[in-house]
Amino acid sequence: MTERTVIEAVRATIQAEMRRDSSVIVLGEDVGIRGGVFLATDGLIDEFGEDRVIDTPLAESSICGIALGAAVNGMRPIAEIQFADFVWPAINQLVGEASKVRYGTNGVKTAPMTVRVPYGGGVRGGLYHSQSIEVLFAHTPGLSVVAPATPFDAKGLLATAIRTNDPVIFLEHKRTYRLVKGDVPDADYTIPIGKAEIKRPGTDLTIIAYGLMLHYALQAADMAAANGISVEVLDLRTLRPLDEDAIVESVSRTGKALIVQEDTLSVSISSEVAAIIGERCFFDLDGPITRLGPPEIPPMPFSPIQEAAFMPSPDKILAAITKLAEI
Amino acid sequence: MSATANQPSNSNSQLSGERLLELYQTMVLSRHLDERVWLLNRQGKAAIAASAQGHEAAQLACIEATDPSKDHYLIYYRQFAAMMALGTEPEEMLRGFLAKTDDPMSGARQFPLHGAHPRVDLFNFSNVIATQLPQAAGVALADKLKGSDAVTVVFFGDGASSQGDTHEAMNFAGIHKLPVIFFCENNRYAISVPLEKQMGVESVASRAVGYGFPGVQVDGTDVGAVYEVTNVAIERARAGDGPTLIEASVERLLPHTTDDDHTRYRSSEDIVQMLNRDPIRILAELLKRRGQLTDSGDEEIHALAKKRVNLATDTVDAEPYPSVESMFDHVIDSSGGHS
Repeated sequence: MTERTVIEAVRATIQAEMRRDSSVIVLGEDVGIRGGVFLATDGLIDEFGEDRVIDTPLAESSICGIALGAAVNGMRPIAEIQFADFVWPAINQLVGEASKVRYGTNGVKTAPMTVRVPYGGGVRGGLYHSQSIEVLFAHTPGLSVVAPATPFDAKGLLATAIRTNDPVIFLEHKRTYRLVKGDVPDADYTIPIGKAEIKRPGTDLTIIAYGLMLHYALQAADMAAANGISVEVLDLRTLRPLDEDAIVESVSRTGKALIVQEDTLSVSISSEVAAIIGERCFFDLDGPITRLGPPEIPPMPFSPIQEAAFMPSPDKILAAITKLAEI
Repeated sequence: MSATANQPSNSNSQLSGERLLELYQTMVLSRHLDERVWLLNRQGKAAIAASAQGHEAAQLACIEATDPSKDHYLIYYRQFAAMMALGTEPEEMLRGFLAKTDDPMSGARQFPLHGAHPRVDLFNFSNVIATQLPQAAGVALADKLKGSDAVTVVFFGDGASSQGDTHEAMNFAGIHKLPVIFFCENNRYAISVPLEKQMGVESVASRAVGYGFPGVQVDGTDVGAVYEVTNVAIERARAGDGPTLIEASVERLLPHTTDDDHTRYRSSEDIVQMLNRDPIRILAELLKRRGQLTDSGDEEIHALAKKRVNLATDTVDAEPYPSVESMFDHVIDSSGGHS
């Protein structure tokens, strides 16, 4: 057992998987001698060489297209998109192409590839280093989308993603990279895609969150406990497929649901979770399905005061908890 | 390295006369089947078709220089003759066009010629133009890492040469000297948009200098010439010397697809001129000049092809469509399978 940050868990897992399977390769911008702009691949080029740790030209579409081609020819590529905000040029190779390889070839070809995408704000990233891009991927059959929030989950889910025989979009919240620490077993383990986890049990209401918001929700739940409100916090961990049963089980038990996300709310993960609760928990609900998210403006302003106003926070979540609990 | 249609270099070809005659037979069969597909479209049975008529020589000659037992082929929608060259049976082709349950490429999920071939490593994932080029670079990268001497051939049209993916793929392939052949079939039209509105340079091949590998123009109606330049490119790739961009000048004898009408944008002079560059007629004349084909022998080849196409049409027309239930198969690994 070693205490690690999220970024340390990511790096150690890539290293372990590359040792485990010689078909695992890494490609992306600055992943070689620079070790990635967040150091997710720090030192890997020294151990595995330039053949398996490939500094690509600055061209996201081909990073993902090349990963796809290598994947259908026996490799297990891990492509790094430097910032989620830069994934848009690669959308066609991922949403358009990789997602349909298995289906469009009637099961003959598969694309075992992982695309690591550092996302999210609260890092003074402005409009183009703060984006949450999960919705488009989560909307796409044929892709899996995971968004771990802790070092433990990052290791288990990244190992699973790399070993999965289909494309996985692996979302890493940048703010959690060095902020969040936790014990990570040194031994090999995996966490299945599609399984949410109750990170804090409670009885009065359920908060459903992922990524950085999971941690803000846990902080808010601690504050609410001091006020006598027992909050359950469910970490989605996977955004496609959503763990519907876990959502339904928790909300049916507590009777109230607060969905917290950093992404803008309109047509989002929270919309889908709310729809699931509406369809399957209707007769167990003791209050309105509630959502907390940022305003509907382009995420997110560079100015520190505006950025803070944009981001959900533990205080804002506590206010939403208090209001919902009082109903 | 270019040749003209009126002076075929076939006389110097490394292909034997016997093999040339076999390729001619395959071209004729491809042409008859291609024509049949358009008839089936007009009968309401084939929803859509893109023809390879005019591209046959380029496609067959390129494939001829490769090794289907190990090489990879990333095709696009106009690769009808390439599919035939790789041994796809007429029934298999028609199952794709008629969207029948035993379509070997995609189980009738995709347009014809999309999916993956059941016997050779040929695939075509999508209708989005030029996406196959970065994928081809990735396939070739994997071969390089594995130490394989397989070559990846990726086909595309002149329209695809405008896409950013084309630039990105060639740039990467040049950097890593990947064993890939970029084979452009330039028919001078991207649906209706002519070449002069597609690019500000004379040729697609001229762009190769920007990527650090050779670019070659060749008469795509000349089987021998295409075979020769592809052979050189294959040897170069297998030796680890990197990619080649081949630009084969071809004619698109029919409109873009069964949904197009090229008289809306091609002049009658243009249409007459391109018909003079029908590669099947050019090869037939060459074979006859060399005494390898007689008029009656040619008629027999055409009659046999028509008979073969009739048989395949009758067979496949009677076959069922896929079940509704099967559309749920193969979205993701149903075993949840991990390595």
